[in-house]
Amino acid sequence: MTLSLLTPAFSVGRNEERCIRCGVCVNQCINQVHHLDEDGFMWVTEKNCVGCHRCAVLCPTQALTITRFPLDFRPNQYWSADSLREIYRQAESGGVLLTGMGNPRPYRSYFDHLLLNASQVTNPSIDPLREPMELTTYLGDHSAGLSEAEKPLLKLEIPVMFSAMSYGAVSLNVQKSLARAAREMVTYWNTGEGGLHDEVKEYADCTIVQVASGRFGVSPDYLNNAAAIEIKIGQGAKPGIGGHLPAEKVSPGVAQTRMIPAWSDAISPAPHHDIYSIEDLAQLIETIKVATDFQKPVAVKVAAVHNISAIASGIVRAGADIVAIDGFRGATGAAPLRIRDNIGIPIEMAIAQVDQRLRDEGIRPKASLVSAGGIRNSADVVKILALGADAVYIGTAALVALGCHLCQTCFTGRCNWGIATTDRQLSKRLNPEIGAMRAINLLKAWEHEIKEMMGGMGINAVDSLRGNRLMLKGIGLEQHELDLLGVSPAGA
Amino acid sequence: MRVQSNPEYCLGCGLCRLYCAAAHDGYDGNLLKAFKRGTPQPRADLIVRNDKSWLNTCRHCHNAPCINACLTGALQKDDQGIVFIDSQRCVGCFTCVMVCPFGHIQPSRDSYRVVKCDLCRDQKGIPACVSFCPNGALSLTEEVETR
Amino acid sequence: MLKLEGDIRIPAGCAIAAVLNRSGQRFDGSTIIASIATMHKRSNGLGGGFAAYGVYPQYRDHYALHIFYDDAGAQQMCERYLMHHFRITEREPVPVRYTRKIARAPLIWRYFALPREDSLSRQQLGEEDFVAAVVMTINSDLGGAYVVSSGRNMAAFKGEGYPEDIGEFFRLEEYQAYLWTAHGRFPTNTPGWWGGAHPFTLLNWSVVHNGEISSYSTNRRYLEMYGYKISLQTDTEVIAYAFDFLMRKEGLSLEDAIDVIAAPFWSKLDRERQARLRRRYASLLLNGPFSIIVATNNGLIAVNDRIKLRPLVAASRNEYLYVASEEAAIRAVAPVLDRTWSPGGGEPVIGLLHNQEGLLEAPSTGLETNARSA
Repeated sequence: MTLSLLTPAFSVGRNEERCIRCGVCVNQCINQVHHLDEDGFMWVTEKNCVGCHRCAVLCPTQALTITRFPLDFRPNQYWSADSLREIYRQAESGGVLLTGMGNPRPYRSYFDHLLLNASQVTNPSIDPLREPMELTTYLGDHSAGLSEAEKPLLKLEIPVMFSAMSYGAVSLNVQKSLARAAREMVTYWNTGEGGLHDEVKEYADCTIVQVASGRFGVSPDYLNNAAAIEIKIGQGAKPGIGGHLPAEKVSPGVAQTRMIPAWSDAISPAPHHDIYSIEDLAQLIETIKVATDFQKPVAVKVAAVHNISAIASGIVRAGADIVAIDGFRGATGAAPLRIRDNIGIPIEMAIAQVDQRLRDEGIRPKASLVSAGGIRNSADVVKILALGADAVYIGTAALVALGCHLCQTCFTGRCNWGIATTDRQLSKRLNPEIGAMRAINLLKAWEHEIKEMMGGMGINAVDSLRGNRLMLKGIGLEQHELDLLGVSPAGA
Repeated sequence: MRVQSNPEYCLGCGLCRLYCAAAHDGYDGNLLKAFKRGTPQPRADLIVRNDKSWLNTCRHCHNAPCINACLTGALQKDDQGIVFIDSQRCVGCFTCVMVCPFGHIQPSRDSYRVVKCDLCRDQKGIPACVSFCPNGALSLTEEVETR
Repeated sequence: MLKLEGDIRIPAGCAIAAVLNRSGQRFDGSTIIASIATMHKRSNGLGGGFAAYGVYPQYRDHYALHIFYDDAGAQQMCERYLMHHFRITEREPVPVRYTRKIARAPLIWRYFALPREDSLSRQQLGEEDFVAAVVMTINSDLGGAYVVSSGRNMAAFKGEGYPEDIGEFFRLEEYQAYLWTAHGRFPTNTPGWWGGAHPFTLLNWSVVHNGEISSYSTNRRYLEMYGYKISLQTDTEVIAYAFDFLMRKEGLSLEDAIDVIAAPFWSKLDRERQARLRRRYASLLLNGPFSIIVATNNGLIAVNDRIKLRPLVAASRNEYLYVASEEAAIRAVAPVLDRTWSPGGGEPVIGLLHNQEGLLEAPSTGLETNARSA
């Protein structure tokens, strides 16, 4: 291949009146977009730019602007610029297109078509500054009768947890940031399938450890050094396929934590090879419960796929205490682009359907429902709880709080924000003290907002929001969509 | 009191030096004015060694050798323990430059005097390097080395 | 065309009142009418009603079914259904006094009935579950028929109008009861349907309620999981079912049930059992402003939401316990009182007959529930 047909995605603008040749952009861009030569001349290699904004944010004189490269194809509603570029890429590489983070396609977001209720006259709204407002949530199996022993539960002071993100996919400093924030806010962070590094073992009380198809880092010690265990069957960004941590991200630290050789590919198979059916899952759940002396709730995480209601019902009947469902907006460190963009269903539909199905079967109290994938703000949290979830996982939102700019190139391992990388130098860029503070701030802000919205509804405990679909009205939705969500249209 | 670097989180970006330079010599923190019109001079050095980097700056020693060596009494310690220089009295003999065990004091680029870190005492706040560090790698500490 | 209650959910403000004679001595309905009439301004003429306990001692063992019919056709259909499931000892129209103030009255009949043995055994349900299931089927599936009350030795009298006019219409001064509750309604639109008035009843339970349950949908969807059919879409219906579920089906004590529906804040829990109850029955917390009076043959409890967003006053004089939205409603019928108090949020007023320890007899069905086996 001689000439690449790919043109840059971004254009780097430099205001010469402002640039002081300090070189911060040069030393901060791992993609080597900026260059400063001995004569004080600055030039850029725009095709390397991924649009992460690291240089623009750190530029002390705001001399930089990053815009989309202004090169338009002849307008074509069907063959978009992206679809052409993807073909150029594949014609040059012969490979599967890789990408990172969640599905960015313009599919309908039901969150944006749901409106919340508030009290007026017939019912006083409650002011969270004056009255108690409770977000305390217990996740797990609530079905034990009062005369029986209570099943182990997870206590959350805010119904928002941090999604599974493995050490390897993200830097250890990300895990440290989230673990500290989880402890401070009384919620949980999740190790993902990457084992538990020594430096985060101290957070056992607010850690959910994951057991996935590669079984990386799993040992009795690992299972017991946690508040709960999550079996990952699939994730929203790439339902039906496994994981692949490229060798260049398997640093000695990652290797030790995952119990694999350094600088070797870490491949998680698509299925668990000991789970080919639901009864196999029941056995793994039981095995893990035995290994942890029935002291910890066991969660099962699945991607929201077409027959999610039946799958969730099976998972509950297999003995899971928590079912985590990851919608098609769920993110990842690396996924084939076609899979990320075309597989799965919206989390709003999945939660609405699963919640109703479990109720219809009379087994809803046997497990809590956690919604993952695409929760962007506190209103999304309130809406998904009203649809029936007990709590949410946030991954993308948490990473954005730590600095992620959603450039979707996590799979390269060269994250300028020190997030999706295991490179020592890059990892330094996320100081976990700052990261923890930012994650805590985000949760505190959401906590205030959730309380305000609940107070407006006249509700002072999150228990009364859960599954309270009367607090939702659909706007701009078709009747079949309203029926699936179990809500009535605005105005009705 | 002195500025302490944490090499664990130092990015080596050098913003500390830029803001240091602009905080002194009358630029009033204005980077553009300092770097477009003036000859700004940072009072600290960014050291990069292999994969570590840190800011080398004045330790504001107890019993500071520079003060002892100063011929004119230009180098002084204020009641907060900050070692600073009274430029009016500095004659540019550079004895202090030679005796500073950390190589911190530098000759001024544009006149016969020396410049050094004064923890931005004129601004009476957190030193510019600390407040503008993007990654929290710099902090003010009370620990002071004795020389 | 306005939708009927049951087709849509209609919030309402209200007045509530109750009088109990703890030694079981019966007194006629004029007292409770006088009490609720004092709070005329708290209702708007679109609903009033009463529950009376001890009114049918001659049929103490029978289920007294009070039923509204839209027309003779509905009555015929419903009676055929009833005959199928019950032995009916007595069947008669409920005596009423036609007045100008009351309009659009449905056909109102009562039946003193016992479940048929064969029907019972076929359904594989306990007697009370069976009666409850029949009542819910009539209310949700048989158009034009609505069961007003279905308990033993008790009855509910309700309709569209001011409560004092409803009392006159039903000739309540001719009934003797040891426990009366009353309700004056201020609905926010008018369905013009008698079934929508309070009290709401199921078996011996009756509920009168002032307020709006913000947690309605959460509570409703939880109860539906256990076989309750919510046909009226009223908060009151949900409250009655919540008590029925917690106390009759789950076998909780009155105290425990109160700790569920008006659960103390997590920060104020002082017993582990309260925390356990909150965790297990989180979806039955009644959230939002309310004051309710729940009665059974054994007595009553009156309780506020946990931050007391609606008024509730209680008072006692000798054997009598009074509860009302306003003290004036109590003073109107008992000017001299031993004690009056305003219960705090979530703090129940419990009034039981002297020989009773709880609102229900010994737990009837234990922990058995209607839930499909999991």
